[in-house]
Order: sequence, then structure tokens, then C-alpha cells
Amino acid sequence: MSKARVLVGTRKGAFVLTSDGKRKKWKVSGPHFAGWEIYHVKGSPVNPDRLYASQSSGWFGQVIQRSDDGGETWAPVDNKFAYHGVPGTHQWYDGTAHPWEFKRVWHLEPSLTDAETVYAGIEDAALFHSTDGGASWDELSGLREHGSGPRWQPGAGGMCLHTILIDPTNPERMFIAISAAGAFRTDDGGKSWKPINQGLRSQYIPDPTADVGHCVHRIALHPSRPNTLFMQKHWDVMRTDDAGDSWREVSGNLPTDFGFVIDVHAHEPETIYVVPIKSDSEHYPLDGKLRVYRSRSGGEEWEALTKGLPQENCFVNVLRDAMAVDSLDECGIYFGTTGGQVYASADAGDSWEPIVRDLPAVLSVEVQTLS
Amino acid sequence: MIRVVLPQHLRTLALVDGEVMLDVGGAITQRSVIDALEDRYPMLRGTIRDQATQRRRDFLRFFACQEDLSHESPDAALPTEVANGTEPLLVIGAIAGG
Repeated sequence: MSKARVLVGTRKGAFVLTSDGKRKKWKVSGPHFAGWEIYHVKGSPVNPDRLYASQSSGWFGQVIQRSDDGGETWAPVDNKFAYHGVPGTHQWYDGTAHPWEFKRVWHLEPSLTDAETVYAGIEDAALFHSTDGGASWDELSGLREHGSGPRWQPGAGGMCLHTILIDPTNPERMFIAISAAGAFRTDDGGKSWKPINQGLRSQYIPDPTADVGHCVHRIALHPSRPNTLFMQKHWDVMRTDDAGDSWREVSGNLPTDFGFVIDVHAHEPETIYVVPIKSDSEHYPLDGKLRVYRSRSGGEEWEALTKGLPQENCFVNVLRDAMAVDSLDECGIYFGTTGGQVYASADAGDSWEPIVRDLPAVLSVEVQTLS
Repeated sequence: MIRVVLPQHLRTLALVDGEVMLDVGGAITQRSVIDALEDRYPMLRGTIRDQATQRRRDFLRFFACQEDLSHESPDAALPTEVANGTEPLLVIGAIAGG
């Protein structure tokens, strides 16, 4: 029988939650790496027992952990992320030039075809990869060396490369997103990149339609339609059907189109999910009601999903890497909050329940569907 | 032997209990001791000194013999009591933040 394993990164450790395919009773393991910030934990689709975790701390810097038994045991691997050459400068908050400096790993994206290959998105924004299971890391420097690099700037959370999407039909094509530079695409396995931000409009930059400078919070795709991407930008929910060459807004009837997460139903490529957040300074749900919004039409028309979610006095946030979907027959949706709850729906969002509710602030949620 | 006391999180990472005992050749300095520590416990690389700059992390301090040695040159000789193993070099995490 199929099982689900949820990998949760929090401000003070990692947690692994497991359940059978019914997803009603959950076993909680953790905290792993107690006391450390765990920005992300993700498993290899090739070998689900191979997990990678980003462990960091303001005191002790960055550690990368690897598990080969589904999170039962872990071992540190290499943690040296050295930019190629002289890394140059990007814009600082005050508009001055600031040297590129490694701070932490935000996101780890295992290869779709090789368990030993994994990509790392880091702050200050750059893309690294390892082809030896994390034993060494090398920068794919064509991204950072894109001519627009000096114009990239940090968002409030830092200048982070937080999203890495691999095209399942074309291993040479990847998409990444950076706050606050925008989205980029490679068609040659990471050697060269182009910004794919046409159609985005951001009032907080001098030219609202500039090629870079947009604070993209998250992008998502369905494996069957890799040319269609969905984006939660700082404000605005966006969609492209030409692999990012042009975007259009699909916020439609959302009560607010600010937010961080966005994800796609595992079996319905036009069914997407967001969690609207009140505003860029009020990082909590509108009216104190925690509502996931679902569109079954690829955007524009949205419905509020509230059953099982707190509908009063709820003022948590849902951070950009904290939503995931499983691929069981009835698609499961998961998200974690800064209040330490992880909510799950075993019926594609119709109803929800907390599968754990008193963790440290949740930074990331991933789920593995296990046979 | 050089004695080093690590903060709890680094002892956990390195899978050690109590003090670490290191055989350090040549001059006994912050650099030579941390080099020896990282050679023996590679998982500690980058956790005490930044990997790129080799500078001590901002929220860590080096204490020994009731003195804060954090701002000494990394190539300055450590106190004789550290060099002869009478006193440990303490790696201290700042009391800061949640």
C-alpha cells in the first residue's frame, strides 16, 4: 500500500512525518538537527531513501546533511559553496554595489534521473550542483554571470535563489527564481540563462516592466505540461504557457494576490493552489481566516477552501517553500505555517486537518509518495 | 596534546563528547589548532571559520585562560597553558538570538 512521507524544515530542526495512504494517522519523527534552521529537506525521485537537508545557523554557518535511509540516519556532506572567480557585486538595499557573499542554502532540488545529482539554490543568489551525492559542489556560474547580475537586489529575506524546477521532458531545461531578480531559464543544462520576466509588472522598481528586479516568491509546474508555469509574485499570481517567454496575470477573484506559495495538483494540470496573504507588510491571512484558494481553471477563477482551517484569529504566514502535493490517487495537499502547524488535505483541498500543530515556525514542506 | 572545548551544537555535529584532544604540530596558534580540528573532524569545516575568508564567524569567540583571544591574530601564539595542555581553548557561541 502506498505511503506518504512529509519532510518539514523549521526554524529549530527538521521533522519527518509518515502515514499510510489514508493519511489520517501520522507518526512524527524529530527534531533532527535540533536547534538549527532547516531551510529545506527533499528526497530524490530516483531513490526516495536518499534525502538532502540544508542545515544552517547564525552561529555556525551552513551544513548539508544527507540520508540514505529515508531520514532515519544522517551524515554531513560537503558544505563549501565557492563562487567561481571573483564574484563581483549586486545591488544592496540602499542601491549601492555590494559584494556577492555566500550566506545559506535555501533550496535543494534532487535530479529527476540521478540520485547522486542535486542542485542547490543559495543566498547570495547562485546555483550550485553536486554530481557525487553532495560530496562536492560546483557553481553553475552562467546564471550569476548573466549580464544583469549587478542589478539584482535582495528582498527583505535576502537575495535568495529559492526555486529550482527541472523540465521532466528535457533535462537541459531548468527554471529558477530569485528574490528580487526574477525568473530565469536555461536550455543548455545550466551553462547559459535568460531572464523570463516579460509580462511581470512590479510597482516597487523604477521600471515596473524591467527585465530583472522582480520579487518572484515561487514558481511551480505540472510535469505533463512543462511549458506552463504558475508564479506567486510578491503581488500578483501569474501564468505562462510558453516556458516563461510571456506571462499574464491570473489573480482573478482572489481577495488579495500577495502570497508566497503556489503549487499544482498532481493529476490535474489546471488545478492550482495559493494561500493569499494580506499584504507585503501584514504577513498573515486576510481577516484572520486561513484560506487556501484553489483554481480548477488554471487561474482567474478561484474558490476558498476553509473546511478544517481556522476561520478566526489566525495570523500565521505560509512561507514560499512550505507547500507540497503528493501523487496518491486522491491528491494530497500539504502546507506549513509560521505558527508551527502542518495542515494536510487528503481530498485535493476540500477538507483539511493539522497533522502536527506545535512545531517551531515552518520554513519548508515537501512530501514523498512511497510505494 | 591541545585541548579544545566546542559548543554543544558542534559536539553534536562532530559526534564527540567532552573535550577534543588534538595533536598539533609546529607553532600553537588559533590557525594551527583550528586546522588540526578541521582535519580530524571535516564536518566542522565552515562552522567556526568562514570557508571562503577563513575568518572567525561573527557569533563565535575564542577564550582561554580567562582571556578573550578572539581579536588576536590567527597566527599569534596561544598561551603557554594551552600549548602545554594545562588549559583548553574554548570555542564559545554568543549568547544571542532565539
